[in-house]
Amino acid sequence: MAEKIATRQAYGDALAEFGVDESIVVFDADLSKSTKTATFEKKYPERFFNMGIAEANMMCAAAGMSTCGKTVFASTFAIFAAGRACEQVRNSICYPNLNVKIGATHAGISVGEDGASHQMLEDIANMRALPNMVVISPADAVETRLAVKASIEHKGPVYLRLGRLNVPVIFDETYKFEIGKGVELKSGSDVTIIATGLLVHEAITAFDILAEKGISARIVNMPTIKPIDEDIIVKAAKETGAIVTAEEHNILGGLGSAVCEVVAEKCPVPVLRIGTKDKFGKSGKPALLMKEYELTDEDIVKKAEEVLKLK
Amino acid sequence: MDKKTLLELKKKAVRVRKHILDEVYSAQSGHPGGSLSSTEIFTYLFQNEMKLDPANPKWMDRDRFVLSKGHCAPGLYASLAVRGFFPEKDLTGFRSIDSYLQGHPSMKDVPGVDMSTGSLGQGISTAVGMALAGKLDKKDYRVFTLLGDGEIQEGQVWEALMSAAHYKLDNLTAFIDHNGLQIDGKISDVMCPEDVVEKFRAFCWNVIQIDGHDLEAIEAAVQAAKAIKGKPTMIVAETIKGKGVSYMEDVAGWHGMAPDEELYKKAIAELDEAMALLEVE
Repeated sequence: MAEKIATRQAYGDALAEFGVDESIVVFDADLSKSTKTATFEKKYPERFFNMGIAEANMMCAAAGMSTCGKTVFASTFAIFAAGRACEQVRNSICYPNLNVKIGATHAGISVGEDGASHQMLEDIANMRALPNMVVISPADAVETRLAVKASIEHKGPVYLRLGRLNVPVIFDETYKFEIGKGVELKSGSDVTIIATGLLVHEAITAFDILAEKGISARIVNMPTIKPIDEDIIVKAAKETGAIVTAEEHNILGGLGSAVCEVVAEKCPVPVLRIGTKDKFGKSGKPALLMKEYELTDEDIVKKAEEVLKLK
Repeated sequence: MDKKTLLELKKKAVRVRKHILDEVYSAQSGHPGGSLSSTEIFTYLFQNEMKLDPANPKWMDRDRFVLSKGHCAPGLYASLAVRGFFPEKDLTGFRSIDSYLQGHPSMKDVPGVDMSTGSLGQGISTAVGMALAGKLDKKDYRVFTLLGDGEIQEGQVWEALMSAAHYKLDNLTAFIDHNGLQIDGKISDVMCPEDVVEKFRAFCWNVIQIDGHDLEAIEAAVQAAKAIKGKPTMIVAETIKGKGVSYMEDVAGWHGMAPDEELYKKAIAELDEAMALLEVE
């Protein structure tokens, strides 16, 4: 079994690593031990600001700070970053196109026991609709580190969608990450599985199950939801003729929607979506919730078989 | 300030008021009431106080100004034009499709605008961020922000006040344009904030209450704010909404309404008369 690291942990570690750059400032809203920005705080206390349980103020203060030449990471749970402070992100960060990076941890249903109030399943939809915003949903610790690095190099707002749960490390040091680029992880010709975040690992294990059933699946990791990699989607549509999307997010407005928009306009083929079905989550062990909400490799296999019948 | 400077500022205040009328009349929309009540605050800050370089609007060591009550853009734009950031003749393009003068301040479009605002409650938070950056970089620039008294109904304002006091941002000076009116009527009727001076004091701000139309009082308050260490300052400026245009004074209806031709001419005539009186002073 591969090593397991939460993407939030990799985020905190990356901030501490790249924080050697003195223009980097980190804000948190009383969750630094959970978002792991405390790792940065320990190393660079003078450039860490705890803004208290006041996310609206934090987002706008981050915006103001960024106008003074800083690269500001503002961290809290996804529900507060993309939910509570959504309008602050829109008007004070995205409209003036400011250099603020939102490190949103505890995204998705894998938050587990805290339940529906804390399981953010609409953040990709909210954030992707904002002009100037880049939305990145890393699949593992390696990709998270590279996404943090790329976010620092990118001038403008970035939303980093991170998880609470320890997840398998998928990639090694040779892995290349570029904003706006999907990555083909497994080649295949019958169907393409396009996954993001936590569901990338499920897609990889689904590949083996599908192979045993004689189905050749292409697996695409889509870390950047916006700007979406249109080329890799169109190529998949043309070459495999059917697509399944997989994300730990509402099927409305997330990766599945982004893929459907491209497929419908550029190369119409059947697409089926894995995601939460426009309903709230609930408390429970993350693995049991993933099963109940049909977000596992077996669910991906079922959808792949289903979409093949639509070809 | 000496008498000559005071007279010059008074004249510039009339010039700013005339521009506000020109902007709102040309656009046939916009917010004259709060722009006119804030005119002396704008005029003192932009024409006498702030370290700015109109040729280099993004100069890193400049003083910053955030119009937290972004709808009073006509007053801000007039002040920036009078200070030389862009031609005064451009002001009449306000709110039109081919102008850079957006209905609410846009920092990407308008030279001299330090933050895009318009959604109430957010500006003061961005000013907190700028003041924190000034402390972090050990710079001596100052950050100013102007809020409406209706605006403080937004909960975010109190988050910002708390954070500014917590981080001891003595480089931050906020004004509240305390004219007592908001769109739907009297603030005390719509949602009364009660004693704002006591509230700001309870949030550990240095609070100074002044006549917001008295340029010398504004100067004294701003200088007092500079002298205070370890606390941000809130200047509660007692003002009259629509100040300087007789029929707009203390009338909530002029919050966000443009005058027709007849009323526009009447306003300009009144302001011309005010200017003529200053010319003979």
